Order: sequence, then structure tokens, then C-alpha cells
Amino acid sequence: MERRTLFGGWALPAAFVLPQALLTILFFLWPAGQAIYGSLTRQDAFGLKTQFIGLENFVDLFTDPLYIESMWRTLGFCLAVTFLSMGVALLLAVFADREIKGRGIYRTLLIWPYAVAPAVAAILWILLLHPQIGMVSHALKTIGINWDYKINGTQAMLVVILASAWKQVSYNFIFFLAGLQSIPRSVIEAARMDGARGWRSFRTIIFPLLAPTTFFLLVVNLVYSAFDTFGTIQAMTQGGPGKSTETLVVKVYRDGVVNLDLGGSSAQSVVLMLGIVALTVLQFRFLGKRDKT
Amino acid sequence: MKRRTLLAASAAAALPAAAFAQAKTKIVWWHAMGGALGEEVNRIAKEFNASQTDIEVEAVFKGTYPETLTAAIAAWRAGQAPHIVQMFEVGTGSMLAAGPAVKQVWQLSQETGIEFDPKAYLGGVRGYYSLSDGRLASLPFNSSSSVMWYNKDAFEKAGLDPEKPPATWNDVIAACRALKAKAATPVPMGSAWPIWIQFEQFAAMHDLVFATKSNGFDGLDTELKVNAPPFVKQMQRLLDMSKEGLFKYAGRDNAADAIFPSGEAAIGFNSSAARAAVARDAKFRWGEALLPIDPEVNAKPINSIIGGASLWTMTAPNRTAGEYKGCAQFLKFIGRPDNDAVWHQHTGYVPVTLAGYELSKKQGYYEKTPGADLPILQLTRGEVTANSRGFRLGRMAELRNIFSEELEKALQGQQGAQAALDATVTRGNRVLREFEKTTKG
Repeated sequence: MERRTLFGGWALPAAFVLPQALLTILFFLWPAGQAIYGSLTRQDAFGLKTQFIGLENFVDLFTDPLYIESMWRTLGFCLAVTFLSMGVALLLAVFADREIKGRGIYRTLLIWPYAVAPAVAAILWILLLHPQIGMVSHALKTIGINWDYKINGTQAMLVVILASAWKQVSYNFIFFLAGLQSIPRSVIEAARMDGARGWRSFRTIIFPLLAPTTFFLLVVNLVYSAFDTFGTIQAMTQGGPGKSTETLVVKVYRDGVVNLDLGGSSAQSVVLMLGIVALTVLQFRFLGKRDKT
Repeated sequence: MKRRTLLAASAAAALPAAAFAQAKTKIVWWHAMGGALGEEVNRIAKEFNASQTDIEVEAVFKGTYPETLTAAIAAWRAGQAPHIVQMFEVGTGSMLAAGPAVKQVWQLSQETGIEFDPKAYLGGVRGYYSLSDGRLASLPFNSSSSVMWYNKDAFEKAGLDPEKPPATWNDVIAACRALKAKAATPVPMGSAWPIWIQFEQFAAMHDLVFATKSNGFDGLDTELKVNAPPFVKQMQRLLDMSKEGLFKYAGRDNAADAIFPSGEAAIGFNSSAARAAVARDAKFRWGEALLPIDPEVNAKPINSIIGGASLWTMTAPNRTAGEYKGCAQFLKFIGRPDNDAVWHQHTGYVPVTLAGYELSKKQGYYEKTPGADLPILQLTRGEVTANSRGFRLGRMAELRNIFSEELEKALQGQQGAQAALDATVTRGNRVLREFEKTTKG
């Protein structure tokens, strides 16, 4: 069954691979190499004095209670964003999959937020939730909730989770909808004949058949919430108040770009890179296995 | 033959244009002045360009102070540094450690023969930007001190004397209670730059040790001492006021800029350079007052310190002597008393030169605008001590962030004043040691 194209020499295949290889070297291998080298050094902001210090940056990192704290915070944040955005997306997809009037419009509208840049999304949410000018915060205040995410860490975390999850709902929605549409109608109808409808049909038939999509989205969402939410958090809270919304990427930026501790920041980047590698391996393994069986 | 003449003719025609283009030396000036202040900066560049024919200064806005610092460093590493960069005072420690990346004013003076007299500058300003032997490292530009702004209408409404602003912290608390009782404004008090004003200025004016080794002036092995009782008292006061609804924390750095001019708070702490914005935006009668003191900590307050920024000349691989000369001429232009006085009167920054101050006095500026000389009087009050010279701590922007984080945690009730300041000291000292290591390298 395997289809394979045979090339006469090595020049043509090499030429085909070259553009991708160049991009990988330029945008991944080279910067990653720089980060690894940087993580083993201590240098001043201007790069005038660079000393090789081995793994000292990593030792500093993992003995720093604030870093460990930030790791837990990031984990909690990622899980919350992932479950919230996937849950809402699944719910919407299930409803949009039905035979309803104007579903084309619903679908288009639901996909829209994906096209909004993270910083712009953050601004939209700020306009709603700003403690002084926000409409939602105004409403909350009238019902007696003291809303001020600028000094309340829990509220700040809630705000960034909400904004980040909202942005990702569209993406998940598209995949869930496609997944739902690829489920054979005959299976669902057969189940209906056996008396399974509504929630029961969803739990026993649809959700298990969606599992590959769900797993794929789980990995993608975890990566999204760990890395792509930087713009949203930076625009909304800059990691504050205190450190209550400082996830690992925000900390990399804060330590590297603002505080100019390049060695320490590089070490954090390397740790994050390892995290991504682990997630990717997991995904390949799991999805690869499923395909074979 | 014909073709050759044509070529020669076109070359001859092109020559004057090229010579003209080359004759104008271009000086790029990166700054961090947005809004009304940015317009003032552009005005200065324009006036300088009109005042002579050899040099063209291009002023480029690079964002906030920290963003400008980061951009300048990245540019220097790429060999693309601007000729002149405006650097905020807390970046001074980093710039002094920048070695070949900058040309300090005394070096520039030596190379170009254009003299800069350090004695022309106000003491408090000069001290901040000089080496320990008195040579100028960067050119003082926009210096401010912090003051207390208050809403006279709100004071009247609360039954307070609008011509008698609170002078001590106890007076402030009493005034805030009165303001709250009459609901004269949504919140009684707010503060921009909480760390700079409520702790750094507090330390200088009350002659308290903020950090050892004269706040870092005498050595890199300096340590923070901000967990001493007077600081705990100051933080406890802010925490208590916040709890009682007298003080509203509205964010770090200049995040609370709008809280006073918008009328939300009746008492607003801010830089003296907020004058332009207050004058433009406030829809009420307002006054400017000295920062309050705590007589129990020190009954004889001394000088406050400056904030703001100075101008640094930066180096780049292909930079010519002519360009450095252009930098020096431009810096000289900025330091001219008449230009200094105009800048001061337009913005609310203090005059950095003595002559600029004298000129403003002679022009009757302080009679016309009462209160405008308060920051200067506050900056020159008493004898300067090791604690009131200013700060020369490495990575000070990061130190302020740490301080802010711990303050914010305390305001949320997660920790007490002592614990917050202890954490600031522990974390801050780690940063200071790291800076010491990288700089000694």
C-alpha cells in the first residue's frame, strides 16, 4: 500500500527539502542554540562581559521558590484555559451541528474571534472589565462585588483565563464541528433505534468517537495557553498584581527583556523548550499508536 | 566624446547635492516622552535644527522609559545605537556599567573640545549623574521631584482649609477622613509612582538608609535596608489607609497618573512634571504642596531626590568624530539657560541649571504660577547626606518591580508590612548580588 516516489539522484530531493531546512535552521535551530548557549553564561546587559558558568542558572532557577510557584501557577492557568475553552467549544459545536435555521451565520460568527490579535482581544476585555470604566465591573459593583482586578490577584487570574479561553474557543469549535460532522450518521441513528438520545447518545457514542479530535485539541490548547497567551496577559495585567498572573512565558519576558538578566531568562526558555518537546513526543506517540491499530 | 561630457556634466550637477547632503550630520535622539511632553521634545529638536545648518537632529519616541532602555541596549549590541538616548534615572547604574557603549559627557568634552561645566547644574541634579570625582557622566535633561497635588474644591467641601494643605502624614490621614466623611471625591487619596514617592523619597527626606554604601554610590556591594522600622511604619500606614478606604492603589509607575486630574482622588501624589497634565485636565481648583513628612521619624526633613531622565551619548562602530561633535553641540544647546527655563516652565520639570532657575525667577515665573518653585525648594532643603544624594543601584527597575509586587501582595492582605519589606530585602539583595557579579565579571 505504501506509495513512494523514487528520485534518480540526491540533488532534486535535496532542493525540495532545502527551503524547509533553511527555515528550520534560521527560525528554530539557530535561536534555540543561542538560548542554550546563553543559559550557560552570565552576561551583563550590553554583552560586554560573558562568563561561562555551567549549570548555575538552572540551579538558581530550581532553587528559587518563586520559579516553582510560577510553574504551578502556569499549570493551573493552562488547565483552566484548556478546559474552559474546549468545554464551551464542544457545547457550541454540538448545537451548531444540529439542523437549525441560519447555522451558517452562527458558525461564521463563532469563528470570528480567532482572527482577533491577542493584544486586541485583551483590550476588548479591558474595556469590559476595567475597574473604573468597565461596563461589567460597573454591573458587578452594583450587586455588591468589589471588583478591582488591579489589586485582587484572584480576580486578575480569572480575567486572564477568561480572555485567553475566549480567544481559543473558535479554533476548538472548528475542529469539534469537523469532528462531529465526520461521525457516521448511521451510528447515531442505530443508537437512536436502541433508545439512546440526547445526553446518553452524546456520552456513549459521540464523545468516544470524538476522542482523537479531543486529544489533539488538548495538546494544542495546552501549548496555546502556555505560550500564545503572552500577548493577552501582558496587555491586561503584565503579570500582576504581585505575581498572581505571572506565567512562565511572562516571566521569561520580564526577566530577559525588562530586567535584562539574559542568562537566567535563557535558562527559563530552555526549560520551556523541553516542555514543548515532551508534549510533542507525547502527541506523536499517542496519535501514532491510534493510527496503527 | 559627447557621452563623456554628458557624464561629466551630470556628475557636476550631482556633486553639490551630494555635498549638501553630506554636510548635514544626522543625529538620532531616542526619547521616552509621550503626549504633551513629546511635543516639547520635538520643539527642541526643531529649534536646534533651525539654529544652525550643519546638524539635523531627529527625535524618535521609543515608548516608556524601560522600553527605551531595552531598545537602546539591543540597538547597541547590533551596532545600531542612537547617537543620544534619554535614560531614566534608575537606569543610570546600568549605563555607568556600560563601558564602551557610551561616551560620558567628560569624554565627549575631551574629544570635541566643547566644554560642559558641571557647576552650572543644580547640586541635587548634578550629583545624580556624575562620577564620584565630580565629572559629568550624562547630561541632566528632565529632572522632577515629587509633590502632593490637592483638590481645593474638594477640600472646601470637606470643611478643610483649601489654602492649608496637610504637612504631616497625620494631617494627611485626618484630611482623608474628612474627605471620606463628606464623600468629596470618590476616593480621598491616590499615588502615582508608589515606590519612588512613598518609599524612596520618604527615605531621602527623612534621612533614612535605603541601601548601604550611600545607596550604592560607594560600591556595588550595597544592600537594601528597607525593612527597618521607619519603612515598616510607612507601609503599615498605607496598608491601614487602604483598608479604611482612604487610599486607593491604582497600579505601578505612572498607572495612577489620571487619578488626580480626573477628580477621582482629592489628594494625588505625583511627579512635579504632572503639572502640564493637571493644568490641562483638572476641572477644579487645585494646589501643589510639599510631600508630607512624619515628624516622629525625623522632625527636620532634608532634601527630596530627583526623578526623570538624563541624556547619554552612545557609541556605534562607524560613528565619526563629526557626529560626536554634533552630539556635543546639541547637548550644549539643551543646557543653555534660556532653553532650560522654557523647558521648565512648559513642563513642570525643575530647571536643571542654576542659570535657568535664575532666569525663570527674573522673568517672574514663580509669581505668575504659585507653587511651581516648590519642587526646587524641596530639592534644595537642608544639607545633602549620604542618604539623600539619590540612588545608584544596579537593575533598579527590577528592584522597584519587586518592591511593587510585595506591596501589592500586602495590599491584598496576603502578608503584613514587615513580611512584605523583609521579602523585598531578600529578593532585592539577590538581584544586587547578581548585578555585582555580572559587572565585576
